[in-house]
Amino acid sequence: MTTSADPRATFDYAPAPESRAIVDIKPSYGLFINGEFVDGHGKAFKTVNPASEEVLAEIAEADDNDVDLAVKAARRAHRGWSRMPGAERAKYLYRIARIIAERSRELAVLESIDNGKPIRESRDVDVPIVSAHFFYYAGWADKLKYAGYGEQSLGVAAQVIPWNFPLLMLAWKIAPALACGNTVVLKPAETTPLTALLFAEICQQADLPPGVVNIVTGAGGTGQALVGHPDVDKVAFTGSTEVGKAIARTVAGTDKRVTLELGGKAANIVFDDAPLDQAVEGIVNGIFFNQGHVCCAGSRLLVQESVADDVLHRLKRRMATLRVGDPLDKNTDIGAINSAEQLARIRELSAVGDAEGAERWSPPCDLPSHGYWFPPTIFTGVNQAHRIAREEIFGPVLSVLTFRTPAEAVQKANNSPYGLSAGVWTDKGSRILQIANQLRAGVVWANTFNKFDPTSPFGGYKESGYGREGGRHGLEAYLK
Amino acid sequence: MPFQPMLGGMVATQSDVEPTPFRDLDVTRSDSSLRRFLHGLPGVDQVGAEQRAAALGTRSIKTSAKAFALDLAISMVDLTTLEGQDTPGKVRTLAAKAMRPDPSDATCPATAAVCVYPDMVATAKEALGSSGVKVAAVATAFPSGRAAMDIKLADTRDAVEAGADEIDMVIDRGAFLAGRYLEIYEEIAQVREACRRENGESAHLKVILETGELQTYDNVRRASWLGMLAGGHFIKTSTGKVQPAATLPVTLIMLEAVRDFREATGTMIGVKPAGGIRTAKDAIKFLVTVNEVAGPDWLDPDWFRFGASTLLNDLLMQRMKMKTGRYSGPDYVTVD
Amino acid sequence: MTRADVRKTYKLYIGGAFPRSESGHSYVVEDAKGKFLANAALASRKDARDAVVAARGAFGGWSGRTAYNRGQVVYRIAELMEDRRPQFLEALSSSEGLTSRQATAALDAAVDRLVWYAGWADKLTQVVGNANPVAGPFFNLSTPEPTGVVAVLAPQQSSLLGLVSVVAPVIVTGNTCVVVSSFARPLPAVTFSEVLATSDVPGGVVNILTGDATTVGPWLASHMDVNAIDLVGLAGSPELAAELEVAAADNLKRVHRAPAAEPDWALEPELDAMTRYLETKTVWHPIGV
Repeated sequence: MTTSADPRATFDYAPAPESRAIVDIKPSYGLFINGEFVDGHGKAFKTVNPASEEVLAEIAEADDNDVDLAVKAARRAHRGWSRMPGAERAKYLYRIARIIAERSRELAVLESIDNGKPIRESRDVDVPIVSAHFFYYAGWADKLKYAGYGEQSLGVAAQVIPWNFPLLMLAWKIAPALACGNTVVLKPAETTPLTALLFAEICQQADLPPGVVNIVTGAGGTGQALVGHPDVDKVAFTGSTEVGKAIARTVAGTDKRVTLELGGKAANIVFDDAPLDQAVEGIVNGIFFNQGHVCCAGSRLLVQESVADDVLHRLKRRMATLRVGDPLDKNTDIGAINSAEQLARIRELSAVGDAEGAERWSPPCDLPSHGYWFPPTIFTGVNQAHRIAREEIFGPVLSVLTFRTPAEAVQKANNSPYGLSAGVWTDKGSRILQIANQLRAGVVWANTFNKFDPTSPFGGYKESGYGREGGRHGLEAYLK
Repeated sequence: MPFQPMLGGMVATQSDVEPTPFRDLDVTRSDSSLRRFLHGLPGVDQVGAEQRAAALGTRSIKTSAKAFALDLAISMVDLTTLEGQDTPGKVRTLAAKAMRPDPSDATCPATAAVCVYPDMVATAKEALGSSGVKVAAVATAFPSGRAAMDIKLADTRDAVEAGADEIDMVIDRGAFLAGRYLEIYEEIAQVREACRRENGESAHLKVILETGELQTYDNVRRASWLGMLAGGHFIKTSTGKVQPAATLPVTLIMLEAVRDFREATGTMIGVKPAGGIRTAKDAIKFLVTVNEVAGPDWLDPDWFRFGASTLLNDLLMQRMKMKTGRYSGPDYVTVD
Repeated sequence: MTRADVRKTYKLYIGGAFPRSESGHSYVVEDAKGKFLANAALASRKDARDAVVAARGAFGGWSGRTAYNRGQVVYRIAELMEDRRPQFLEALSSSEGLTSRQATAALDAAVDRLVWYAGWADKLTQVVGNANPVAGPFFNLSTPEPTGVVAVLAPQQSSLLGLVSVVAPVIVTGNTCVVVSSFARPLPAVTFSEVLATSDVPGGVVNILTGDATTVGPWLASHMDVNAIDLVGLAGSPELAAELEVAAADNLKRVHRAPAAEPDWALEPELDAMTRYLETKTVWHPIGV
């Protein structure tokens, strides 16, 4: 190997931290009901920075009575909000979209602090799409008659969202609901309530009528109280398949409408004629974006055996350049795992991978001593029977499997109770169309991965849930 | 009479098609074998490549890393003048600037080279003396490459004889787009021969692909491999006379090519983006791309260059800002 | 002396064949006035299981047909029903106690409904699909796809028009189904299965079980290889319908809940009769050179 004789210093990127000064985290937060922050009556809990384990704030817990108050407020507000001309509702949503854009840096920093995701992602992905989502659905509010789903709102929507994209999931839930004339009670995840509470302030800033948006914080019990409340007309949930099933059982026999966006174990299929360098980027983006805390993550790499060694070599070389660390550092690629609980789950399933005989590999990387961290990891020698090929790990852990023929690729890809997303990489157009047709998944990324847009419907087949969020299709869940 | 298949209008007989095992078929044997090889390289998805480049461009290079990058970038500049109005005076001024970019600061590194037309090589060589700053000459009927082969070779030999350390040649883009790959291969190989000096040494050859005329990233990748297979020491994006010139995604594709070529052959090839890189901020994005795509081995003037003129002053102003803590202005860097 | 009837025991329709119930059980079907009409096979949970296997087996081929072809195949069912008008009218009159005029109206409506749905096969994608203008260099298309195997608990009252109204939307969109017919009025469903058997509908696309939705239904609701379930046959039985909905949550089936009372099948259907058994697939591809 020819190398330079000059023992030049390496190009070490100095720390480039985004300033925290822009956010003002209060010592404690209440519930947002009927346009005001009020005390909760459950047992208050703490939210921590997963990168440091520093306690950020104390958060009120909504008990059954608080949830009832929030639902009542939403019910009262529904009367006026649903009768308001769509063009007027639109203006409130446009206001919200604009305020989010104006406060984007503040929201991004707060999201990274509370969630652990890299500032590069919260700044360049999450928050811009949040603003765009409100902007997109604002425009629907006075055009519902053209959408084909009726024009009448359902009433009060109970919305429960996860911790992986706290603000983005809030936008996916609230924007279409409000555009269609519904009012909402939203419960953010226990570990990531802060941006939802800042959003409550944004609702105040936008002069949104009281009760149109209510935010109740808490854990599973609060969510159950909300979903099970007899006066909600609609339940929208994003989270685990296990909880999704429980919700489906809870609402059985009622008139509540339900949409569920649940887990996944997406196959990312790489054919031997793929644009390999971009495929490697797609694999990396597919599993390491947001620490792999992504329901549509490309967590199963299916690579054609004839190029498997080459692809793995390229993948490992690329992984060695990933920068793990401080979420607020602008050069960080992989941030902190969101919670101790999630870290334990990732460790447990990875240990199962070891025990099942798969081969684990991570690039050398120094992990911070405090906080919750897991290095980018791949398992090779995985087969369909392994738990790490079937169960959602929801972390930066990729299972690598091989295939020989297109039919085998499709068969393996579809061999899962999940069906949220899939990827396919090949330079052959007709193959793309055939494979995309045969994959049983709600989103198929061909020669790309993990792309999101307000106009693009998102949601799963099979146990990945039902209903679509985004685009014209996203209106269906909130109209009758 | 037994049936005899028609092959290309010829009647094949049994003895004509006696099969023998073929091994080590040289990919550079013919246009078609070169085509099979170059078109067998993995394709490039334009959107994915551009997004990768854009993501690398978001790296935030601050403080010590920025100081390192600025000095490195200065040391990689091929300070260039390629104008009809070039005079010996202009070239001498440029040479002086190349040797001491910041006269007020002895710690400021010299640039890698000055880059001129062949007729200015002797002047540049004399002005640069033993400074270590190299002289690069564009040759082979730069920038269009539209001349007879013997003229291109004479152009090259003139520059080498006048003392050029490096020859920046252009490929025949017309031949490339017409699929006459072998012609380009032979042309590069012959120019490489013409780079030899009588003492047995050889001027380093940079092969200019003129990526703005090749249009697609697939073509950039193929032309990169063609240049490397034919023996170029460097592959270079552009003449600077065609827009777009050195873009970050084009340079990314070329860095991938040299990375893959080294893994395939053990031979390390340099990369030179030229034209259109005007700010220190841009230059740092290129260095980040070098670092993360080809690897730190290429973070060296022997393996990466910037073909530029105005870039140097912006690098110098940023460097002063780093040293003094205040913003500099055009009056505090030399105008050439 | 009057001639003794050759009494018939109607069989199940699974995978394009007419097996007896694996349990060996049958039940007596009476007419609207309580007079013996025929014996019908009493489908068991294992028959349901076999029917799901047949439906799953047929899914790939059926969903892979062109929309134009599916439309033609469904239209052909309507043609064949016309051929058997007397048999359907007889079955309707006896099963539902309809006058000849009412039975004719019901049959006409059922045939017309099939024709209506047949026409949707190659239009629905255009109506419910979208090209999505994403903010980037990507081609982005959302298209409907069949959800898979649908369990259909057919209406108990409207034994032909109701049956056709719940089966046609399922299959015209490319799904396959396991249908539990009206318990008390299975004969039109049996005649319908005889039409299907001689039509161009591939075996396994529609499987018809005569029997009791309250006993077979729970097995279908909990079956992990069934993707959706229509509970309309449990109209008026909210407790049982809720139980089945709970069971259906085990693999997150798409559930069409039972209404409080059987709907008026004479009304023109809404689009969601089809879309509730469809998934939306969104495909992204970069646009570049």
